[in-house]
Amino acid sequence: MAVADVTVSAGTPLSSRRRKVVRRLLRNPLAITGLVVLGIAVFAALFAPWLAPHEPTDTHLSQAFAAPGTPGYVLGTDDLGRDVLSRIMFGLRASLHVGMLAVATSLAIGVPLGLMAGYFRTIDALISRFTDLVLAFPFLILAVGLAAIRGASLGNAAIAIGIAQIPGVIRIVRSETLRLKSLDFVSAAIVEGAGDLWVIGRHILPNAASVIIVQATVAIPAAILGEAVLSFLGLGIQPPAPSLGTMLADAQQFAAKAPWAAVMPGVAIMLIALAFNIVGDSLRDALDPKASRR
Amino acid sequence: MRRYLLHRLWQSLVTLLLATIVVFLGVRALPGDPALALAGEDRDPESLRAIREQYGLDDSLPVQFWQFVSHAAQGDLGQSIRTGESVNTMLRHALPVTIELSALAILVASLIGIGAGVVAAVRRGRPAEWAANALALLGLSVPNFWLGLMAILYLSVALGLFPASGFVPFFSDPVGNLHHLVLPALILGTGLAAVIMRQTRSSMLDALSADYIRTAEAKGLPPRAVIGRHALRNSLIVVVTIVGLQLGALISGAVVTERIFALPGFGKLTVDAVFQRDYPVIQAVVLVTATAYIVINLLVDLLYSVIDPRIRVRGEA
Repeated sequence: MAVADVTVSAGTPLSSRRRKVVRRLLRNPLAITGLVVLGIAVFAALFAPWLAPHEPTDTHLSQAFAAPGTPGYVLGTDDLGRDVLSRIMFGLRASLHVGMLAVATSLAIGVPLGLMAGYFRTIDALISRFTDLVLAFPFLILAVGLAAIRGASLGNAAIAIGIAQIPGVIRIVRSETLRLKSLDFVSAAIVEGAGDLWVIGRHILPNAASVIIVQATVAIPAAILGEAVLSFLGLGIQPPAPSLGTMLADAQQFAAKAPWAAVMPGVAIMLIALAFNIVGDSLRDALDPKASRR
Repeated sequence: MRRYLLHRLWQSLVTLLLATIVVFLGVRALPGDPALALAGEDRDPESLRAIREQYGLDDSLPVQFWQFVSHAAQGDLGQSIRTGESVNTMLRHALPVTIELSALAILVASLIGIGAGVVAAVRRGRPAEWAANALALLGLSVPNFWLGLMAILYLSVALGLFPASGFVPFFSDPVGNLHHLVLPALILGTGLAAVIMRQTRSSMLDALSADYIRTAEAKGLPPRAVIGRHALRNSLIVVVTIVGLQLGALISGAVVTERIFALPGFGKLTVDAVFQRDYPVIQAVVLVTATAYIVINLLVDLLYSVIDPRIRVRGEA
């Protein structure tokens, strides 16, 4: 333990490096704030069916446009008297769902391609043509095409966002693979006659994991913002299912009368994206303290 | 240098061809019979046959692809099945709005992003850096369409500072045109400004610790001149690179921004086309976006090699 603490290099055992990273992360007050906000949001979203004061789709027409603070409706109600707080909690659930699904899609395709592009020079050019191709279709255009072909839904929105995020994953995994492949311990394994799959699975992937985790942490808020945009335009989650994007689209109609219905969902999106971004940034700093101290 | 150019050009052509294939196959993957979709309400067999004939839907796939490519290459993108208007005309009306909006957004984002980035790098460890960093983080996290809604709600409707929606062409009323576009451009530029700020900051930090800066300082140049000269050059490279990388995000953002401010641009065309299942328009919109993306990124790369001498030299070697 004491020895491992002296230098942190690729040669140090992974477990002790991870402990150091976590310690550094927990010393950063900003990171803790981000983690706490994230924890609350995830908790609220996960247990929304039990915690939410009302059903998100229940209308209470007599209570329409209730201002925040009205007993029973802490954040007010919308034009149909639906409880804004309950809808935000369920909306967060949908946001996180799309965020996870999109990032899982991009990792499932991007990580293997990135590893291959960095490890086997022969197919590098082929994979970068694929990357260029995907980049030529901005996520909204991709979503438009997908919605035209398969219809608008939560799943299709997540797939469109996930596909659009593949090039970023490939680029990061590829460059990390190139870096790791040039290190002595990988060369040694290759010289010892280890197979390519073994080297990639045993030496490169575990060491690239931290970079991949950071990428995922910053990709999730981007996906959440993407889902909000698509649902706002009507290309994502379909009403009456609650989504922060559709809430904003609805609220646009009566924003002057009930501004809280337009303000609150946006604040919720911003807070969760901010929390993810802060945690992602802090994680990057904790993993590479030299880079941040420049 | 010439070899690099040719190589880049060749790459772009390959990507463009692949993108065209994707669009072509995507249209074939649309649910149902494309002739039925194209016929819209008109389901009588005679007109269906006429449509099949007109669009060559009975031909083999390679023949159809060739037809598609040769028409598109001649600038013929077909007709809207809703209005019967030619897609070219629709694009001619919509694109200038979006191009102007995007250009203004890039301008706004560059001014804010470079300014904040330079301040953050020069005022290292002071409150100014902290504020600039916080602003960038906020810019990355705030949904810009929501910011647009808030701006309309509080700046346009409540205070009456800007028009809430609508558009007037630049050539008929330049002042009114800018008045309508200031807010949308600002909103569209927020995310871009944050990315530019972060990149400017880190490239400035790199530059400030480089040897040539120490030389410039040692020979007695005032700090303002040192920062100004090198910051400017670096910033140009940063902006050009980021605009290339963020073009997709910019196009996506423009679609939403136009929707919120009711601007009659490319975004409105796109969203309307999806809801009206106007397949020729969707196909054209996707193809035009992909082409624009590929061409602009090619230009960005070329421009990059002009601005950054290191790339020029490496290309020649």
